[in-house]
Amino acid sequence: MIELVSEDRCTGCDLCVQVCPTHVFDAVPGGIPVIARKSDCQTCFMCEAWCPVDALYVAPFADEETAVDEAALVDGGLIGSYRRTIGWAPGTRGTAIDLSYRLLRG
Amino acid sequence: MTSSRHSDSLQADVLVIGGGPAGAWAAWQAARDGASVVLADKGYVGTSGATAPSGTGVWYVPPEPVARENALASREALGGHLADRDWGRRVLDQTYENLQRVADWGYPFPVDDQGVQRRTSLQGPEYMKLMRRVVRQVGVTVLDHSPALELLTDGDGAVVGARGIHRQGEVRDWTVRAKAVVIATGGCAFLSKALGCNVLTGDGYLLAAETGAELSGMEFSNAYGLGPAHSSVTKSAFYRWATFRYADGSLIEGAGSKHGRSVIARHLQAGTAVHALLDLANDQERRDARSAQPNFFLSFDRIGIDPFTQQFPVTLRLEGTVRGTGGLRLVDERCATTVPGLFAAGDAATRELVCGAFTGGGSHNAAWATSSGTWAGAGAAAHAKADGADAHGRAARSEARAALQGGRALDSLGLIEAVQREVLPYDRNLFRDPVTLRDSLVRLDGYWEHLQHATAGTPADRLRAREAAAMVATARWMYRSALARDESRGMHKRVDRPASDPAQRHHVLSGGLDAVWTRAHRTAAHAQPLLAEAA
Repeated sequence: MIELVSEDRCTGCDLCVQVCPTHVFDAVPGGIPVIARKSDCQTCFMCEAWCPVDALYVAPFADEETAVDEAALVDGGLIGSYRRTIGWAPGTRGTAIDLSYRLLRG
Repeated sequence: MTSSRHSDSLQADVLVIGGGPAGAWAAWQAARDGASVVLADKGYVGTSGATAPSGTGVWYVPPEPVARENALASREALGGHLADRDWGRRVLDQTYENLQRVADWGYPFPVDDQGVQRRTSLQGPEYMKLMRRVVRQVGVTVLDHSPALELLTDGDGAVVGARGIHRQGEVRDWTVRAKAVVIATGGCAFLSKALGCNVLTGDGYLLAAETGAELSGMEFSNAYGLGPAHSSVTKSAFYRWATFRYADGSLIEGAGSKHGRSVIARHLQAGTAVHALLDLANDQERRDARSAQPNFFLSFDRIGIDPFTQQFPVTLRLEGTVRGTGGLRLVDERCATTVPGLFAAGDAATRELVCGAFTGGGSHNAAWATSSGTWAGAGAAAHAKADGADAHGRAARSEARAALQGGRALDSLGLIEAVQREVLPYDRNLFRDPVTLRDSLVRLDGYWEHLQHATAGTPADRLRAREAAAMVATARWMYRSALARDESRGMHKRVDRPASDPAQRHHVLSGGLDAVWTRAHRTAAHAQPLLAEAA
């Protein structure tokens, strides 16, 4: 579930508040969004994919909260890794080539 | 379309409720046919639903007669011979046409070594972002975070709109008067946290049933998605390469992803951890897999596991009717329900017409979503056109029958957990028997009764309360249908009736709220000889 809104990276654009399908974030006037309803997070990674500055981190644990260390996530290349993989990060557009057709029948 | 900023009151020809792929296609088609359209989703059109975070195969078969016939024939036995070939052909035709549109809109389909675009797979984030863009381009009014809580009908019982709330910021009510409504709210996975499924709580079934709509195939509602135990990512395609093992690494006899899921479930039920290791994939497959399903690997990369070389515990999460085939009954090729002015598309509608009694998995559902969305959108637009200019002036009344107006405060979360105790366990839902089904129904009927005397507290609680009510209602239709189908067929497994009964080659229809009913329904497709008999 969602574990991090990075104070360093977040620009306060509130896009995550809009795009989260289960309404987990609340906008804060003059501030960055807060994780207001963490238990409603469905671990779908959509907020991470849409965040334009890689300020969010969704831990892979669906049913339990975990502590995260932002510096370690950055060092490990995990922050923003989903956005890069699907070709939504700057400089990665068009690099995500779907090879499903080689593996799976339609 | 006109709107009033102060009252949040809108008028449109067509209201589409639910903004996953089926709803987006319905809205796009209705707008293209000249209708004014409002598309309301309880989340965000572009991320909401099972498709956006997933990516999916698509049942896409070029119009070559042999390939088409093979595609249709391949599923018939698996689906318990309930599917209808005419619907299957229509879906293949429409899907082929629609994916051409998706390509024209700029979706980056991969190109193979022969320079041919391969359209058998869609990456969810890209696909649904694109659908959000195209529906807005054709003038659809998109209402995000705006769940519908009740339908409106006129004096003759025809659906003429809906009411709901905007749930972000200060909660406000909205009303949309429409000449036709499309339900595209997806299936029901009972908040199991299967990937993208927690917005799918059966809301549209309840809205529709409150106006008298019928359901079909609700016994085909016990799909479970295989995934890492810690994770939401119930994408099971790559488990074709898996061996299943005990904690000590020894093989579990008979366990498998496609055939042998029951063995996995039995072990999990007994409290025995089941591990998977994707050791059957070759080197090329290991390389290609990452680009095919990026999010499959997120759950592993983020805990430092290589699923090809290190075994990991798995679980089965309920996907209910999302990957089941039951849903709102359709009565014609426009995807009309039994209620005038009300249409249904995608996972909210029955998929028995194309998949019969067994989940078609993502690819059939994706093809069904785009096809049925197109037909429901066209049907709703045509209905609106025929309805005349004065339709918005007719009196409308609320059809919310899940009363939620009593004196007692409703503990929605407690009620949701109580429903989950009836539908999540494998020994109640995956493996069914009449004694256990009736045992659950006694409590589920009690929960419904309880709802009639309860009230949701704050405006924000009204959505959760409606979701709880929809889940109670869905579970009751599921289990009454599971009792009515006194045999095993497709995904519906009755331990007391392990075989299929040729006399039950029919649909089980259901409906009703205070009193749930079921009835057998045989169509012309069911009178045709089975392929094996004909051969």
